[in-house]
Amino acid sequence: MSICEPAPCTGYRISAARSTSRNRFSIQRRMYPLLLAVLMAPPVAAVSPGFGWGVPASPEDIRANDYLVTKDGVGLPPGGGTALEGELLYRQRCEKCHGSLGRGASAEELVGGIGSLSSENPDRTIGSYWPYAPTLFDYIRRAMPIDAPLSLTDPEVYAVAAYLLYLNHLISETQVMDAQSLPRVVMPNRNGFVPAFP
Amino acid sequence: MTRRKSDVFQSSRPVARAERVTRRLFLKQGLAASSTLVMPVVGIGASVSQAPDTPPPMKPLTSPGLPFSNYGQPSPHEHRVIRWISANPMAPANGVSWTPLHDLEGTVTPNSLHFERHHNGVPQLDPARHRLLLDGMVERPLQFSLDALGRYPMVSRLCFIECGGNSSAAWRRQPLQAHAGYFHGLISCSEWTGVSLATLLAEAGADPQAGWLIAEGADAAGVSVSLPVPGIIDHALLALYQNGERIRPENGYPLRLVVPGWEGIVNVKWLRRLKLASEPLMSRYETAKYTDLLPDGRARQFSFPMQVKSLITRPSVGFNLPGPGAYEISGLAWSGKGRIHRVEVSVDGGKSWQSARLQEPVLPACLTRFRAAWRWEGVPAVLVSRAIDENGEVQPSRDALLAARGEHSRYHYNGLVSWLVRGDGAVEHVYL
Ligand code: HEC
Repeated sequence: MSICEPAPCTGYRISAARSTSRNRFSIQRRMYPLLLAVLMAPPVAAVSPGFGWGVPASPEDIRANDYLVTKDGVGLPPGGGTALEGELLYRQRCEKCHGSLGRGASAEELVGGIGSLSSENPDRTIGSYWPYAPTLFDYIRRAMPIDAPLSLTDPEVYAVAAYLLYLNHLISETQVMDAQSLPRVVMPNRNGFVPAFP
Repeated sequence: MTRRKSDVFQSSRPVARAERVTRRLFLKQGLAASSTLVMPVVGIGASVSQAPDTPPPMKPLTSPGLPFSNYGQPSPHEHRVIRWISANPMAPANGVSWTPLHDLEGTVTPNSLHFERHHNGVPQLDPARHRLLLDGMVERPLQFSLDALGRYPMVSRLCFIECGGNSSAAWRRQPLQAHAGYFHGLISCSEWTGVSLATLLAEAGADPQAGWLIAEGADAAGVSVSLPVPGIIDHALLALYQNGERIRPENGYPLRLVVPGWEGIVNVKWLRRLKLASEPLMSRYETAKYTDLLPDGRARQFSFPMQVKSLITRPSVGFNLPGPGAYEISGLAWSGKGRIHRVEVSVDGGKSWQSARLQEPVLPACLTRFRAAWRWEGVPAVLVSRAIDENGEVQPSRDALLAARGEHSRYHYNGLVSWLVRGDGAVEHVYL
């Protein structure tokens, strides 16, 4: 039994090959003067050194989708909030997965464990493990609540972050968290990470 | 087929499934052997043909087969070869699905079976509207459409991607009894094709002072990570194709950063932004997660290349050897730091070792298939494999790994994996 009749197969291949080589030849012929011009042009004259298929990104293009907040708080937006304001929001938007007071439900524990990292039962939470407070804003804004990411306003993100820092005894209930104060919160595990690379 | 377990990263299997898998395997092998009339090599017992419900052999066809198809599908008989899903019931888009390594052979993972780790689901991205932004410490911040990226010279790399959380159940005190793939299958191997990172950085005029590249995905978790430019510039690529076709949605369609050999999380799926910076971001995914807590309370961070590792996939948990005889031991070895140099196999729990045969090609940061012939006498035997990479790094015993990293490392397990073949031919996971 043969899968492919020899004649049509060969015929197809030959014609495909012929047309390809013909095209390639004519393209080369047409491109040749262009190629010479490029080779002979002074190298300094080049506007863009490479291929140039990217288009310039304007500051607006960059801002439009910029959610990055660095460890030192670069990128934190205006606004602010306190733990007092964040508590109700937490109950409404976070508690069903993270538990009351940030523990004991289906999702990660967010509170507690400070000082436990070298013990028999280390407890990794925002309070015990996270090295930088601005990361909390970065992460909550882009990813939480997990069933409706990007649904909180910036002041709401500050407020709920403040509430979680408050539950971890890192700030007071009335301390305003904003672009200036959040980076100044000293996280207990700030120096706990040892880079393995290189 | 969808199966979910609430326990993220840890799956077990119903026994019924194990028995079905085992049965199917022997049926397949039994048929292959009878049609070629050669000596059975792999686990084919006479008991197979004697099984009471063995269907009769196929007869020659008397009517045409099915017509052509636009996009091929596996045989319906293979419907049990699936990714095993373990997701969070409260957040079903958060979890993993495991590559069934125990059901596969060779080294390349079929696209439909490539493992998944999503932090918040698979975004449905329209390639016509997707853009890659390249900004930060560059002379010219640029945006690229998919069409534009498709015009650049491309390169292909055959390599594995392994989640930093792969094999995490091996840190547990009791050995988990699960199929090899549903325990170690957060690793898959594909040919990735796309534009080299170096090409694009040159386009934007990257500042040589920029030590870090921040990569961000367009998923609902907005996964963002930092990568040291000197460590990736020579081998990272912006992949558009996976095993020849456009990347599957669950693997990052339409654009994925691929850093061969480096832990899964930095192979950012649905890539939408690259930003050059002087410092790492210290994002949640490189601090709270994917870091290894050590006994002294400090944590290893940025442990990017996956360490040398190997695993016997056949036989493994779920297999049932039908009786004494000649078997092939088959498994996978890999190192994120280079090529596999040697794999040793022990059938006596690590007392003695013999070199396995490495199947070509043996590529850096790629799955390598190893094989060893074995005659099983019908008495309990403990099978283990141990890989050594071209840098001389040796896969550690589980005890050595625990001694170095403690019990709470959670990620980056690369210790030895041992299977006990019991006297009755069933296979169990054991710790040495
Ligand atoms: C529907 C369930 C759900 C809701 C609601 C929810 N979360 Fe989460 N959250 C999760 C899950 C699941 C994770 C783990 C995500 C992952 O694995 O990437 C998580 C992770 C986190 C983390 C990271 C913890 C760590 O140590 O890595 C923080 C912080 C967080 N959530 C804050 C919040 C806040 C604040 C809210 C409310 C505004 C919220 N979450 C609402 C499910 C939820």
